[in-house]
Amino acid sequence: MSDIILTTEGVAKSFGKFRALSGITASFPRGKLTAIIGPNGAGKSTYFNLISGAFPPSAGRIVFEGRDITGTAQHRYAALGIAKSFQITTVFPQVTVLENVRVALQALVSRFNIWMPRGDLAGLAEKAADLLNVVGISQHRERLAGSLAHGEQRALEIAMALASNPRLLLLDEPTAGMSPEETRSMMDLIVKLASERTVILVEHKMKLVMGISDRLLVLHHGELLAEGTPDDIRRNETVKRVYLGQREH
Amino acid sequence: MLPAEFVARCKRHRVVLSVVFLLIFPLVMPFKAIAVNILIYGLFALGFNLLFGTLGLLSFGHAALFGGGAYACGIAIVHYGAPWWLGIFAGLLGGMLIAAIIGALAIRTRGIYFAMVTLALAQCVYFVAYQASDFTGGENGLRGIDVRDINLFGLHINFVDPLNRYYVVAAFVAAALFVLSRILASPFGAVLEAVRENEARARACGYDVRATRFVAFVISGGFCGLAGALQALHLSIVPIETLYYQTSGLVVMMALLGGMGTFFGPFIGAGVFLLLENLVSLWTVHWQLVVGAAFVACVLFFPRGIWGTILLGRAK
Repeated sequence: MSDIILTTEGVAKSFGKFRALSGITASFPRGKLTAIIGPNGAGKSTYFNLISGAFPPSAGRIVFEGRDITGTAQHRYAALGIAKSFQITTVFPQVTVLENVRVALQALVSRFNIWMPRGDLAGLAEKAADLLNVVGISQHRERLAGSLAHGEQRALEIAMALASNPRLLLLDEPTAGMSPEETRSMMDLIVKLASERTVILVEHKMKLVMGISDRLLVLHHGELLAEGTPDDIRRNETVKRVYLGQREH
Repeated sequence: MLPAEFVARCKRHRVVLSVVFLLIFPLVMPFKAIAVNILIYGLFALGFNLLFGTLGLLSFGHAALFGGGAYACGIAIVHYGAPWWLGIFAGLLGGMLIAAIIGALAIRTRGIYFAMVTLALAQCVYFVAYQASDFTGGENGLRGIDVRDINLFGLHINFVDPLNRYYVVAAFVAAALFVLSRILASPFGAVLEAVRENEARARACGYDVRATRFVAFVISGGFCGLAGALQALHLSIVPIETLYYQTSGLVVMMALLGGMGTFFGPFIGAGVFLLLENLVSLWTVHWQLVVGAAFVACVLFFPRGIWGTILLGRAK
């Protein structure tokens, strides 16, 4: 297997006249944790949305495991082996925590069966319980997802993303809006997940990811400003200048 | 509000309980004809509710599915001499076919646009039926759907007798309730909930949201088409108004009155609406004023509808 899992070749995105992202070429090594950082408005989320398939790029190609996936419909990503969590929490609030994950697992086996009882799909509930264990919220399995604390909902979302057993996990600001304790346990979880699969995460707070990332991509004004190991980035003069005067959150 | 445990137990036996209700219902109703109407509109509202309550899509064009089913049944019987059961089958298929056509065009949109596109397409169906008067009877409606006897495996049922008629219709409604219960409990039912709860997440999980909506729309068309076919047999005529947008509005009101997304709510909504209409019109011609006020009060103070409020209590 190639040691590059994903490459973007000159991907760009414009919204009307506004150019959110201009031609970004980068590759992501397999099995590593890569963080995409940058100040507000740098184009991080746009870049994330392009590689996670939320919308197609205006130009350029996205290649996953040697296969051009540019413009692939969002719902096919799970089967490709790519899963994501959103910047804003997206769970199914009026459904139990366990059923949230069970539905996510079900997507791989049954989508249009209108006749059999859903409980008869063997093994899904057990697998869902396992995933809840992995993210550490199994004690809440029977509660409605909407009643969970913010940090727990984010953890649930990651459990749902893991349901398709993705080779590439994309996380958009996984600690957004979290308390310091929640942030710490989320970071631990991410490190644990990254030991088993490739993780790309977008983060606004540079400090947070410096310690855990293998590689960093710095975006600024819709362009790739720098890339390299955390040490490279720390030493990079341009990056310093961009972040200087910007208060660290 | 009923105790949660009791509600959960009832939910497990919802089909059986509904059938028991259907068996007793005509005996407590003053006029059997209203009971039949309540069942038919309840079934129509149930088909609508699958889309509105379970999937979260507000269609303003369901008259086309209900009326389409009624016309398909009537045309099969009047023009092709089909037996009653084939007429009902034609109605079911007719509803699904029109749902497939409208659905294919409308599911690309959402929210208010979905409501408007379905409304416009349903009005197209109305005008087609209006113009094709050789086939549909035009503005006079389709007359001569004359079914007096129902023969089933050697069993003869006099369909003119109101109580017999009620139980024939109730048998179809019971079957529809059973099918709906299966659908809601199925893996596809889980997908419907997921799409309603969070479209983006459903998509990220790997569900094709458009295809899911389309399939749900067609299934909804089946229920509404069946209701339309029963209506055609019940009235012996399909009035052109069946296809008019007022019928679409009616079903929205019934579903909201009963409680969107509840299993039995559509029948409660249809029952309350039709009973109010019948009783209030006894003493005033302005019955719509009273029914409208009741509807507004319900939406304002009991947003979960009558049945939803009984089961779950008032929304906070």
